[in-house]
Amino acid sequence: MGAREEMQSMLRMMMMIRNFEETADRLALRGKLSGGIHNSSGQEAVAVGVMSALAPDDVIATTHRSHHHTLAKNFSAREVMAELMTKVTGVSKGRGASMHLGDVARGHFGGNGIVAAGMGIGMGAALGIKMAGDKKVSVGFVGDGGMNTGRTWEAINMAAIWKLPLIVVVDNNQYAVETFINRVTAGGDLAKRASGFGLPASTIDGQNVIEVRDAVAAAREYALAGNGPTFINMLTYRYYGHNTGEKGQYRTLEEIEDWRTHRDPIEQFAARLFKEGLLDQATYDEMKVSVEAEIQDAVEFSENSPHPDPSEVMLNIDSGKLRG
Amino acid sequence: MANDPSYSEAYQSGIREEMYRDSRIFILGTDLQERGGHFAQVKGIAQEFGGERVRDTPISEAAMVAAGVGAAMYGMRPVVDLNFMDFSLGAMDEIINQAAHIRYMFNGSVPLIIRATSGIAAGGAHHNNSFESFFAHTPGLSVAVPGTPYDVKGLLKTALRADDPVVFMMHKKLTGIRGPIGGPEDLVPFGKARIAREGADATVVSYGYTLVTAAKAAEVLAAEGEQIEIIDLRTLFPMDMDAVINSLKKHGRMVVADEAPLFASITAEIAATASEVAFDSLKGPIVRVGAQRAPLSADPGQVDATIPSVDDMVAAIRKVLSY
Ligand SMILES: Cc1ncc(C[n+]2csc(CCOP(=O)(O)OP(=O)(O)O)c2C)c(N)n1
Ligand SMILES: [Mg+2]
Repeated sequence: MGAREEMQSMLRMMMMIRNFEETADRLALRGKLSGGIHNSSGQEAVAVGVMSALAPDDVIATTHRSHHHTLAKNFSAREVMAELMTKVTGVSKGRGASMHLGDVARGHFGGNGIVAAGMGIGMGAALGIKMAGDKKVSVGFVGDGGMNTGRTWEAINMAAIWKLPLIVVVDNNQYAVETFINRVTAGGDLAKRASGFGLPASTIDGQNVIEVRDAVAAAREYALAGNGPTFINMLTYRYYGHNTGEKGQYRTLEEIEDWRTHRDPIEQFAARLFKEGLLDQATYDEMKVSVEAEIQDAVEFSENSPHPDPSEVMLNIDSGKLRG
Repeated sequence: MANDPSYSEAYQSGIREEMYRDSRIFILGTDLQERGGHFAQVKGIAQEFGGERVRDTPISEAAMVAAGVGAAMYGMRPVVDLNFMDFSLGAMDEIINQAAHIRYMFNGSVPLIIRATSGIAAGGAHHNNSFESFFAHTPGLSVAVPGTPYDVKGLLKTALRADDPVVFMMHKKLTGIRGPIGGPEDLVPFGKARIAREGADATVVSYGYTLVTAAKAAEVLAAEGEQIEIIDLRTLFPMDMDAVINSLKKHGRMVVADEAPLFASITAEIAATASEVAFDSLKGPIVRVGAQRAPLSADPGQVDATIPSVDDMVAAIRKVLSY
């Protein structure tokens, strides 16, 4: 892919994720999904920047807020939307819904209902990669809220002592439900906290997709060369409530507006591409149209798919080999 | 009814009165101060008592329970709010190996309440585990499972005035139910079941949301002239086996029901004990109703297929009525 195509495809992916999330949120509010969602709008550059630096068979393991990671890892809008409706055509065959997107065979070791548990699994995947002698890396996503649970630091310590090919990505939207990170995080500087474990650690602008991509590409090279894990704290922002329909008094509308107007990852990147001559208006307009069509198709596809058969709840709980 | 307090408001009422009564009581957990907890269980409490006594924590379950255990040993009366019961897994050592065993070894008490919302609803496999049996199984722990607003308040008060670690499980699907609550000195004792519905033909023993399923089944059978008794256990440990046996002796027909996987469950405990001590009173086998041993799917149809329905309950009761 030439630079122009690569840039445009990154932009389109971010636009697709935004449209997907806003569409899904509206559907959730109308009771069309199996429950609410954790909307990632505002955090697209983290997902797309990370995946742009990964090879297709690198592994990811993630959190309860993972639509953006999953779509950026090239899972189709159809199969993700279908999962939100708990349809058999969904990523997790309708058993998982919004919080539990995953397909081990495709290197997606799962979204997670348990804060920071995904990152630990990502660390284990990195151990597997290393022991198998594969030339891959694993990315463990974790939120800012996940920075204060013990399992996070147990996993990072282990990755560091064993020099595992793990990239810890903090999808740091600065809030855990309604709790601002600084209220509950001693020391303030997460990168400094991580660097105490003796691994490269930095804080970057998670609204800048190129900065994200380049930081992950460097971490990936570092891991593939056998040097071990890297910790990258990506500063970002979520535009919507923690879960569908939630508002709360914990942040000001001005704060949200400020991020939306001055630091929106999609608008910033589009502006940059225009300026560098890598995008023209006609192409941009076409992208919007094709994204809209893609999401509408995903909704239709999902609505027309069946739910999993209730009689199948007992299938595939275990392999059956131990049952005699 | 419509003006009665909800299950969550009953909790607020109980905790508020007790916090005025005893300044050693404090609450800690995530998103308690402004949000009032995920189920509005402590809405307004921080505004009344301040941030020292309603403490917002990081998402640090092991440290949350450890803080509660140590502070309780020191003489405080902490309520650790774990939000969903599933998140107790991140603090299981602190709950089972520590809180539950300290009195036995170290000559001190641990007046600690671990409150969380439990039971089966939407949300998938990570938010819908049934841990009743392993908490009840652990020596040193008491387990409350209030099924009404009255019991939420009354059991909470009893727990806050006692000296032992209590796991306080509030069912998700009861969050909004309404009903009368007691006053400041209306305590509900642990280990004392409640007859939720009287009947002379057969008994359903249950707790939590399954009481609602049982009540619906009893209505179906009442239309056919069968009088079904429903016993609400209220606490799983201590367990009021006397109430169970007394009811069983009336007619010899019993169903034991909850929504946990049947295998190695509370219902197994009750059925085994009842058949040991009251075998001669039984007209036929005790029938157990519970969930399939499957992780909980996020799909609503699959959820319904995993846990007992009213039809399942009716069928189980019909079976014991047929003896
Ligand atoms: C072990 C555990 N504790 C608590 C929760 C409840 N919970 C779900 S998401 C969340 C906030 C997580 O914040 P963060 O890690 O910043 O992720 P974000 O929602 O911002 O993406 C909490 C407390 C949980 N799911 N798991
Ligand atoms: Mg966050």
